[in-house]
Amino acid sequence: MRIRIEPRAQPSRLMGWLSPLLAVVLTLVTGFLFSAFLGMSPVDAFHAFFVAPIDDLYGLGELGVKAAPLALIAVGLAIGFRSNVWNIGAEGQLTFGALVGGGVALWAYEMEGAWILPTMILAGALGGMAWASIPAFLRTRFNTNEILVSLMLNYVALLCLSYMVHGPWRDPEGFNFPESRLFSESAMLPIILEDTRLHAGALLALVAVVLGWVFVKKSFIGYQMQVAGLADTAARYAGFNRKRMIWMGLLIGGAAAGIAGLSEVAGPIGQLLPSVSPGYGYAAIIVAFVGRLHPVGILLASLLMSLLYLGGESAQMELGLPSAVTGVFQGVLLFYLLAADLFINFRIRAVAPPGSRSPSKPAEASS
Amino acid sequence: MDTFTAIVLATLGAGTPLVFAALGELVTEKSGVLNLGVEGMMLVGAVCGFAVAADSGSIWLGVLTAVVAGAAMALVFAVLTLTFQANQVASGLALTIFGIGLSAFIGLNYTSVALDGMDPIQIPVLSDIPVVGPLLFGLDPLMYLSFALFGAVTWFLYRSKAGLLLRGIGEAPHSAHAIGYPVIRIRYLAVLFGGAMAGLGGAYLALVYTPLWVEEMTAGRGWIALALVVFSTWRPGRVMLGAYLFGGVTILQFHVQGLGIDLPSQLLSMLPYLATIIVLVLISRDINTIRLNAPASIGQAFHPSN
Repeated sequence: MRIRIEPRAQPSRLMGWLSPLLAVVLTLVTGFLFSAFLGMSPVDAFHAFFVAPIDDLYGLGELGVKAAPLALIAVGLAIGFRSNVWNIGAEGQLTFGALVGGGVALWAYEMEGAWILPTMILAGALGGMAWASIPAFLRTRFNTNEILVSLMLNYVALLCLSYMVHGPWRDPEGFNFPESRLFSESAMLPIILEDTRLHAGALLALVAVVLGWVFVKKSFIGYQMQVAGLADTAARYAGFNRKRMIWMGLLIGGAAAGIAGLSEVAGPIGQLLPSVSPGYGYAAIIVAFVGRLHPVGILLASLLMSLLYLGGESAQMELGLPSAVTGVFQGVLLFYLLAADLFINFRIRAVAPPGSRSPSKPAEASS
Repeated sequence: MDTFTAIVLATLGAGTPLVFAALGELVTEKSGVLNLGVEGMMLVGAVCGFAVAADSGSIWLGVLTAVVAGAAMALVFAVLTLTFQANQVASGLALTIFGIGLSAFIGLNYTSVALDGMDPIQIPVLSDIPVVGPLLFGLDPLMYLSFALFGAVTWFLYRSKAGLLLRGIGEAPHSAHAIGYPVIRIRYLAVLFGGAMAGLGGAYLALVYTPLWVEEMTAGRGWIALALVVFSTWRPGRVMLGAYLFGGVTILQFHVQGLGIDLPSQLLSMLPYLATIIVLVLISRDINTIRLNAPASIGQAFHPSN
């Protein structure tokens, strides 16, 4: 018997939903083997990673605190990814959104008013969009690869933030630490669950998930973008405007990442620091894929990824593992998912070796 | 040593990791595969090379380990994209994310270790010639290796039958398959070569250029190497030119400060990234240049049944 990989007549919808689950299970198995390899009890490791971080209300709040920016960014990115617009500059767009939105907060220092927060959110979104408009403009005008441009801008955005908190926006009473003033009360997102750090940013993320769903399923441009992603030639023959899709894909991703950045600085951080994100912009790429580029899937995937972050922190405290394991397992999860996706378009069949004469069967109907 | 020689030497040093990584990626892309995981492969190469060199005391064993580690990372990518038919863009990103995490994990105990680095080869008499002496006869061994690899890659791609086949597969994999060439196997080899070269680039960074291990020490060089391949319009000679150009931009920031020009350090640190964007714009502006030179099947999964 030989194993052969052969294409399915139609992509399997069942496998489309099963493959993320398969990837999660395989990642867990890898984690078990990994902890056993390091000489730890896999049960303890599992407990430290997935149970201990969320066994109380505060922990559940933290789950939301980290899932919110991931879901928000991933919903935005997924819209671009669906149409093959590869914005991998969410980290930079997040940083620039935090910079612009945080700038409003610093400008409104010690001011009062209900207008401050909405203005900050708007500024955050505009900051992210401005940053994303650079790759969009260069791609549509000069045909420049948006992957490389958006990625380079991640480094540039981080350096912009670093310059501002080391220089003009440094807290005058901050003993020369590279950090801004603490935002005033009226420039902070309110806590929505008492005794936790869960803030209104989580609501923004939920709104984004709903809006993302409406955009993908109900809007004409969302439909056009999906067609372009699945069959570029068909989209071109239909006369869909490719440039408009590139702009939409990048601007929506930028706005979402910018708001996520603002929610971080106006939420759990409360000021501008040289670094405002533990790699949410990159992790959100994984969230978008594991969530099948679907808003509801993304919501679930963001909770899982958030748990991986919390698990990494908890494993650091309880098991003395470096928090870098989070990054390792994020990568492993995506590897398994990408591999498992094979079974959406292909199936594995055992075929008789050439030479043995078996009666040929009629081709099975595709599942 | 006069200032000019020092600047040229520093430029060569800063450009060499890019030479390795970009030449490797060039060969990978020529076979029709786009591996965006260069950054991750460089980091894992760097940290593995550094760890082995620090523990064994042998720089060369470190270099060898880095090459193997880079190739091992590339193997993961190859299995995903070539055997499991996964999307190349997503798999490359996954490789980079994984590599950043893995290298931080491995390198945890090595962040405060110092190595001696690698001494330049000083060819007696010849290296004493003013200006050209140190530049031609006083470089470190890996730099000479990078020149040799440049020659080898150029010869392989344009003068050897295997190179012709590799390029043919990048242009028209289905035709090559129809004639009977093993498309997948050759792409595997091209991806592995790319990984080994990225590992070597990482080793140069961690063992010779700095020589230190710092988390995420490549600081985007893997991505710059990817940009260089586009900038070069897939030609080895222009890869070299581009790599040294970027080496020059990288060390410019130190010299500007040395000249007493008061610019914020962050602005200077942005220069390599901004320069990358600018050269990408300049080269991509003419859509036909890219269309004519890019391997026709780049980024597309290949399955004999398609």
